[in-house]
Amino acid sequence: MAWGAIRKPAAERRKAAMPDPDAARKGFSWQSAAVLLDGLPDGGLNIAHEALDRHVAAGHGGEIAIRWLGKDGARRDLSYAEMAAMAARFANVLAAQGLRRGDRVFALMGRTPELYAVALGTMKAGMVFTPLFSAFGPGPIRTRMEIGEASVLVTTAAIYSHKIADWRAEIPSLRLVLIVGDAAPEGCMALGPALAAAPDHFATVATKADDMALIHFTSGTTGRPKGVVHVHQAVLGHALTGRMALELAPGTVYWCTADPGWVTGTSYGIIAPLVNRCTMIVDEAEFDLERWYATLVREKVAVWYTAPTAIRMMMRAGADAAKGYDFSALQFLASVGEPLNPEAVVWGQKVFGKPFHDNWWQTETGGIMIANTRAMDIFPGSMGQPLPGIEAGIVTRKGAALVELGPGEIGELALRPGWPSMMRAYLHEEARYAKCFVDGWYLSGDLAMRDARGYFWFVGRADDLIKTSGHLIGPFEVESALIEHPAVAEAAVIGLPDETAGEVVRAYVTLNAGFTASEALEQEIRGHTRKRLGPAVAPREVVFRESLPKTRSGKIMRRLLKARELGLPEGDISTLETDER
Amino acid sequence: MTPEKMRAAFVEELVRVAPDIDPATLADDDHLQDDLELDSMDFLNLVSALHRRLGIEIAEADYGQLSSTRSAVAFLLARQG
Repeated sequence: MAWGAIRKPAAERRKAAMPDPDAARKGFSWQSAAVLLDGLPDGGLNIAHEALDRHVAAGHGGEIAIRWLGKDGARRDLSYAEMAAMAARFANVLAAQGLRRGDRVFALMGRTPELYAVALGTMKAGMVFTPLFSAFGPGPIRTRMEIGEASVLVTTAAIYSHKIADWRAEIPSLRLVLIVGDAAPEGCMALGPALAAAPDHFATVATKADDMALIHFTSGTTGRPKGVVHVHQAVLGHALTGRMALELAPGTVYWCTADPGWVTGTSYGIIAPLVNRCTMIVDEAEFDLERWYATLVREKVAVWYTAPTAIRMMMRAGADAAKGYDFSALQFLASVGEPLNPEAVVWGQKVFGKPFHDNWWQTETGGIMIANTRAMDIFPGSMGQPLPGIEAGIVTRKGAALVELGPGEIGELALRPGWPSMMRAYLHEEARYAKCFVDGWYLSGDLAMRDARGYFWFVGRADDLIKTSGHLIGPFEVESALIEHPAVAEAAVIGLPDETAGEVVRAYVTLNAGFTASEALEQEIRGHTRKRLGPAVAPREVVFRESLPKTRSGKIMRRLLKARELGLPEGDISTLETDER
Repeated sequence: MTPEKMRAAFVEELVRVAPDIDPATLADDDHLQDDLELDSMDFLNLVSALHRRLGIEIAEADYGQLSSTRSAVAFLLARQG
């Protein structure tokens, strides 16, 4: 390994929530971890109660739950009592509109305090919360609302008029559209006055541990996006991993930079910090180097959970751009979304005085599974070791069974099912869900290797999914949008390595008769996909081909396009029927 | 370069990065991120395209100057050699 280990001195290990990870793993049971939760006074388990109400009941209502930083420079503190009251008001708004337990509430909005009240108020009311990324275009929004059978959408007037209004009537399940602010377009309800008029107390619905709480969408290689179902019991995983992997404790000033539209921004940008009674920083604005550095310093952020793309942008600006800032309040830095390059781990130490701690999990796992924790030595480039309660292995298929591989061998990263935040279903897709579980293992779809010390190393995706800026993109969804353009006959989408985003989306298209490749047409096609999918999902580049490489069954061989682009061996092309021209 | 030419060059590169923008309806005060929905990758691509085309180095510290067409054109005019 080119990068030396980062050893943790004894003094640093003593400060960790889990000073001896090996011992913690050996002595662990989920039953004993359950002391981290209170449960509802009359039985049942509800994430909103664990996140807000129990702290208020225990006399901590005056502590700051959210320190909100507005785009325009506004700064607003919301206490646990205020957040609990706002969540209760939202639950009352839903109930007054005749919505019931199990109904689905979708949020499509920026990071404003209302978003957090919507998330927790929904769960308090026994309903199911689904966050969507507000930069999605109308296509991905509509597909997800259809699959998730949205009953309620909470959004802004601008998003509603640009992306929703045209097809709103075509979603039969949708009964209520709430608009953030004081005014609403026709057929919608303004959230501001509704919240103000609602009572600030609501008896939390006595959900059971296995009741549905959240649906997060993730992309598949083929077919439609998957609606990943999580239940209230997941909160045990959030509470525990927040503490062990992220050092969250009461009063900790914590900043998770992920948007709640992605699973990290919900599991670790809403639930884990509030359950652990932290003060969380919520920044409405997007990445901005000086703003971020100034925020870390001014707010005395102690624990910072961010993503490789952001870290690489900071690195591009150079260490000098960080000079003059006092980062001494920072205690622990972590990163997730895609593997963090070794140089980025080390860069953290140089610039912030602490290395970045990479960890690994997925939408399906609901919470952190494998991590570099505070007391562990770091081997830059490794995702760390399984947390207590998590059994991970590297496996390969042998007939219908799986065999576990030894140290140094590359195989699929698999987990033993049974942790609390494990997904419980892909909505309406039982067969797809069942395929994830083989021979007593959950298969992650990621290829990895375990070294002799027990540290895990990411190798690549087992399928064609693209990871760009930490977001998983299914090629199928992008190809579908491309083909909608009148000029496009066929499309194949791959991810190409990019030093900032990890991967960027590139599309290969063939044209229908009567269309000629040109720069103007390339822009037009990209413009079309950006309108449909939003900038995070749309291709950054479209290239024209006479034909695409296809198998006998007509499946486009994305892998072959990628191998050729990168100058890699073409592998098994025995099924190739038509080649690329 | 005249302000008109600079604006034309900026808009051309902007639309090349984000071809969903219609130059005919683009307002000079539209915020690149908030109104035109450029994401961070788009923004970095725009910065390098401007550098290639105009030879103007844009430091990270100056990214704030590129918040709208109006402010970007003013900034680029002030920086040109």
